[in-house]
Amino acid sequence: MSTVEVSPAEPRSDEASRPVINDFSIQVATVNGSGSQTANTVLMRSIFQMGIPVSGKNMFPSNIAGLPTWFTIRASKHGYIGRKKEVDFLVAMNPETAREDVMSLDSGAAVVYDEPLKLNALRSDLHFYPVPFDKLVAPVCPEAKLRKLVRNMIYDGVVANLLSIDMQEIRKALVKQFGKKKAKAAELNWGAAQAGYDYAAKTFTKRDPFRVERMNETAGKIIIDGNSASALGCLFAGVTVVTWYPITPSSSLVETLIAYMKRFRIDPETGKASFAVVQAEDELASIGMAIGAGWAGARSMTATAGPGISLMAEFIGLGYYAEIPAVIFDVERVGPSTGLPTRTAQGDLLSCALLSHGDTKHPMFFPCSPEECFTMAQDAFNLAERFQTPVFVMTDLDLGMNNWMSDPFPYPTTPIDRGKVLSAEDLEKLGGFARYRDVDGDGVGYRTIPGTRHPAAAYFTRGSGHNDRAGYSEREDDYMNNMDRLALKFETMRTHVPPPVAEYNDRARIGLIAVGTSHHAVEESRDQLRNEYEIETSYLRPKAYPFNAELVEFIRRHDRVYVVDQNRDAQLLGLMRLELEPEDIARLRSLRYYGGLPLDARTVTDEVIRQEGK
Amino acid sequence: MSTTVTPPPKKVNRIGLEILNYKGLKTTLCAGCGHNAISERIVECFYELGIEPYHVAKFSGIGCSSKSPAYFLGQSHGFNAVHGRMPAVASGAILANHHILGLGVTGDGDTASIGIGQFMHQVRRNVPMIYVIEDNGVYGLTKGQFSATADLGSKLKTGVLNDLPPFDCCALALKWGATFVARSFSGDKKQLQALLKAAIVHKGLSVIDVVSPCVTFNDHEGSTKSYSYMKDHEEPLHEVDFVPSYEDITVEIPEGEVREVVLHDGSRLRIRKLDRDYDPTQKISALAALEEAEAKGEVLTGVLYVAPEKPTFIELLNLMDEPLATLPESKVRPSKEVLDLVMEELR
Repeated sequence: MSTVEVSPAEPRSDEASRPVINDFSIQVATVNGSGSQTANTVLMRSIFQMGIPVSGKNMFPSNIAGLPTWFTIRASKHGYIGRKKEVDFLVAMNPETAREDVMSLDSGAAVVYDEPLKLNALRSDLHFYPVPFDKLVAPVCPEAKLRKLVRNMIYDGVVANLLSIDMQEIRKALVKQFGKKKAKAAELNWGAAQAGYDYAAKTFTKRDPFRVERMNETAGKIIIDGNSASALGCLFAGVTVVTWYPITPSSSLVETLIAYMKRFRIDPETGKASFAVVQAEDELASIGMAIGAGWAGARSMTATAGPGISLMAEFIGLGYYAEIPAVIFDVERVGPSTGLPTRTAQGDLLSCALLSHGDTKHPMFFPCSPEECFTMAQDAFNLAERFQTPVFVMTDLDLGMNNWMSDPFPYPTTPIDRGKVLSAEDLEKLGGFARYRDVDGDGVGYRTIPGTRHPAAAYFTRGSGHNDRAGYSEREDDYMNNMDRLALKFETMRTHVPPPVAEYNDRARIGLIAVGTSHHAVEESRDQLRNEYEIETSYLRPKAYPFNAELVEFIRRHDRVYVVDQNRDAQLLGLMRLELEPEDIARLRSLRYYGGLPLDARTVTDEVIRQEGK
Repeated sequence: MSTTVTPPPKKVNRIGLEILNYKGLKTTLCAGCGHNAISERIVECFYELGIEPYHVAKFSGIGCSSKSPAYFLGQSHGFNAVHGRMPAVASGAILANHHILGLGVTGDGDTASIGIGQFMHQVRRNVPMIYVIEDNGVYGLTKGQFSATADLGSKLKTGVLNDLPPFDCCALALKWGATFVARSFSGDKKQLQALLKAAIVHKGLSVIDVVSPCVTFNDHEGSTKSYSYMKDHEEPLHEVDFVPSYEDITVEIPEGEVREVVLHDGSRLRIRKLDRDYDPTQKISALAALEEAEAKGEVLTGVLYVAPEKPTFIELLNLMDEPLATLPESKVRPSKEVLDLVMEELR
């Protein structure tokens, strides 16, 4: 029995006596392409199965194999699922980053590492657990070429032992991961996990304070990534035409959707599809097809990321001006240009809101969780058809590609809304229609779709100037009337998009506003501000743009309001600035993070404290 | 005393519609523009074949050619999209409702320059529609710049010489899998009509490149897309008469051998050979014929290639017969049991 504890002062005996239960983060540092994904997912899932709230975040390079990658698993008895800045428990498998990974740890952290790396020489204030991975893997995996993959499962066993994770949960997670068809692979990996567990059990004396204990906080919950949740939302929204061009981090949204459609949207009698999916030649074509399909009456969508958004600009302007429904998922990543394709941001808010030349503005949804990806996907299709316009669903890489714990999704309770579409019977009664006339006072005209069997059904759609009968016009009054009606339509949307989530605190002088994934950091930060600084806060989370009237209400009830942005230029605040009165703008403060990692609570807290001058 | 005047009976087609039902707005293109002649042929063809206007959707990009869909088939939905992207919009619409007869009209700027990528992919997918290129080798709407189909050595009115070789849209379409490729001349009424009719019944994508002289910017000596040049250099590949299955047209059966291509709906394309034994089902000879004509400085017109059986994009996608656009909620929203099953899998 030995532990390689290099500690002159041994300051951690104290900590060991005060165990830290279900409140820490594990970081696994590996090399991209080494097959660590399985080991990491199994580790996360086994903690989840023990009833402990957990979240997993993959920080990966824009590369297929060979570059460093980090996977962070956070267990939180408080239910915090945002990123935790500090790493408590490191699994150092990547020789290239091991030194920096170890040096950046806070004192008292634990390190499981590949023995030949000799990391214990670097610091004396950490708990080191060296593991001879190569020696352990050989007996459990006779086939040499598989060893590289199975090797990672050994650290699952080691970590399970050190953190008191039930090995039966590891086994259960493995079986879930591999499925029945790959039972052999599951067995091989199980052997490796056991070898790791046994080695740790007979070799190490537990000195670090971190461990898990069963809770009952995850019963009935699911684990899902945001892209899969968006895909399910589209499936249940009744999407019929999906056009796309692969781009990180949005590709898995459509790939998952395709898989679900193939299972659930093929007519069992005829074997025919109730959907069309086209991998287009580029984003110009994917949005063009979505617009064409929306025009002809389909529920159409595309999914992309920043560079695709830039390419789609011209068509989105056409969609706005010619009034054609389409849903665009923007799984945001770090820009500008290629930027950091595998890092997260909320950097497309302004460009999407105002995408294309001339006066344009577009509605956006801001889901913060897989469940909202699911429900808002459906809201987005309904809004697009109700208002005959392109609608954005703004998610991001953190939400889209990481695994999240979630309540099961609710089955839709309202029917699909196809908006104002005139049938041949309607036309027979009306005698005709003016495509762009505001009959109902909401700015939204009535449309027909091609194939409607009536001589008065046809109209000519164009991106050039038109009058309310869809005729070509360059007249000043026709142009201005049309633009004013489009502005009215946008105003009408304010009361049709989901209202914000508001949490008022009567004692709060300051408020926080955030959208999307910033939510998780803000929620936790509010607790930190209360517990550590005795600062009470209110919180408003808009779910959509255009903003609802409550935004102004919220701002006026507070002395200072911090607008949280995951971009350099305070884009969310900028959107508010476009429509707020000067005295309301004066209350706004900007709180920004744009480093590409998921926003963490500590960053929010520290910045509020700095600006509050405390 | 009053006299009763019996109006002459209105002339109608097989579904009882007058030619007026197929017309559009008055053209705003230049008088004598080849595009106007093409619009007239389109009106005649759809009228003569007795196609319901509601059944047709027109698509175009940007440019003089792309304005023309407003000037025919006024009772059909039309979509004047963005420059070079007519194919994407048309594809989307046809996916939404594959019962629509799609008629795309573009120009050489639209198709051979900004939109060449979309053109090629449309061809590759065999999206079922008619794809007319109104080809004049010049950008008319921006007042006379060369397009990518302008011939090497052709001259602008300003005296500028074109020093780049042209794209041959028919050769490109042939190479990348088009299932119907034809070339015509806007001034050849009879041939263009027959080609359009054949394209209407072809089940896949039909590409018709119509040399359509620009009377304002490209109809002068030195231009290879002028009326006078075409009259001297056009070489009809064969004369075509199209016989639709639902209308008995008496045609002058040409002397000599007749080659018939049976289209998917049973209608037949009859091709009269001229001086060559031309087989429009052979891609390699079609490409060779184009090359030879180019070498001789001639414009080869007629049906260059037909492959009537190749599956369309709609068939490849295995779409249900009902248009996707109008599927009821019961067909597009899976049941609660499906959601429960998926949730269970994610636990």
